[in-house]
Amino acid sequence: MEAAINMGLLTLMAIVTLGIIRLRNLFAVVILAGIYSFLMASVMIVLDAVDVAMTEASVGAGISTVLMLGVLYLTKVEEAQPTHTPILPLIVAVIVGAALVYGTLDTPPFGQADTVMNTYVGADYLKRSVPETGIPNVVTSVLASYRGFDTLGETTVVFAAGIGVLLLLARAKKPKRRKQGEEGDDAS
Amino acid sequence: MELAAKIVAHYNQWITIFLMVAGLYVVVARGNMIKKLIGLSLFQTSVYLLYLSPGKVLGGTPPIVDPAFEVYSNPLPHVLILTAIVVGVATLALGLGLVVRINEVYGTIEEDEIIGKGEGE
Amino acid sequence: MLLDVILRVITKLLLPFILVFALYVQFHGDYGPGGGFQAGVIAAASVILYAMLFGLEAARALVPVWVVEKMIPIGVLIYAGVGVAGMFTGQAFLDYNHLAHDSVHGQEWGVFLVEVGVFVTVSSTMLGIFYAFAGRGR
Repeated sequence: MEAAINMGLLTLMAIVTLGIIRLRNLFAVVILAGIYSFLMASVMIVLDAVDVAMTEASVGAGISTVLMLGVLYLTKVEEAQPTHTPILPLIVAVIVGAALVYGTLDTPPFGQADTVMNTYVGADYLKRSVPETGIPNVVTSVLASYRGFDTLGETTVVFAAGIGVLLLLARAKKPKRRKQGEEGDDAS
Repeated sequence: MELAAKIVAHYNQWITIFLMVAGLYVVVARGNMIKKLIGLSLFQTSVYLLYLSPGKVLGGTPPIVDPAFEVYSNPLPHVLILTAIVVGVATLALGLGLVVRINEVYGTIEEDEIIGKGEGE
Repeated sequence: MLLDVILRVITKLLLPFILVFALYVQFHGDYGPGGGFQAGVIAAASVILYAMLFGLEAARALVPVWVVEKMIPIGVLIYAGVGVAGMFTGQAFLDYNHLAHDSVHGQEWGVFLVEVGVFVTVSSTMLGIFYAFAGRGR
């Protein structure tokens, strides 16, 4: 049952992705990206990653959709017609995909408990979390205690990206747009 | 029958690869910068699946320890991806900020037009 | 404009619950799904929702820009400060064992404070990014 729900949601995600690739109206693409994030959050719940699903639903479907819509308001909604044929990128993508699919054939099947990945470090954290830290949610204890240094780095990256956006957008006054014979720059 | 078993066993990875390749294609083939950023985030979310899928144990529960349960999924990928999502949206915002600035200076977000304007000077 | 009225009223009703839910996610993160990252994003989303319906100026009066800009580094400093406090108790950087009378309580205190640091940085960064983009409009 779990595996069936998982496969159904993943198929829906693939269909939404095809829509994202094909559409040229960026407004529709952004909304589809929000739907994609909700489907991703649902898949994460099926995969037992409830903390991650909560983050993906609020970040992917909430904040990043709002930011994208804000940027669409400041720029153009319609994507220009392509000037190159997409043959070469398509060939590159198909070759990369075929190589990766060939690589998956030797990996352990989905949902097994006795794989290398699931027997050493993860199982160890599950055993040690409650006796050592008193925290039943193993994700929290690994995040903040066992791998606290990692999370400090991630927080610093968020801090740096926030400062970068503020430097780019918050302070500088808008410069005069250049107009050089090209058709207008009517944003939105 | 054997083929069906193989599909069930590797379906997650194949969809992951499809999403990854779709992101790669959008980044390379499309000139619109917002579309490129969406392609990048497709690529990024496919990596979330790549990490989370092998950590799932069929019949397991989320890794919140409770005496009522025996089998848990692997918590380690969850930790890695949790932080990656938040960092991902922060860097996406940085990219969008660059797009807004490029649009203010060049009046367009299409790659070809920007390159054309650069050569015109 | 009738739709707008419904949205405004419902938003005003929902806002306190969203904020309380953010605090629940923050402080219950040890026992259920949640933690500083999720709580920070939910708290920022509540202010963003307010800004989208009542205007950027109203949101900036609620959470001023200078507060947001101060909070971004303060969160990282709280996190790193907990690590340094661990060093003063004779342990390694980010080792919480001696922060309280025994190692389990020390770990709980350390995790709690670290999550507070994460919450402060993530919520203010998301809000600061939103203010930066929204303030760019014409």
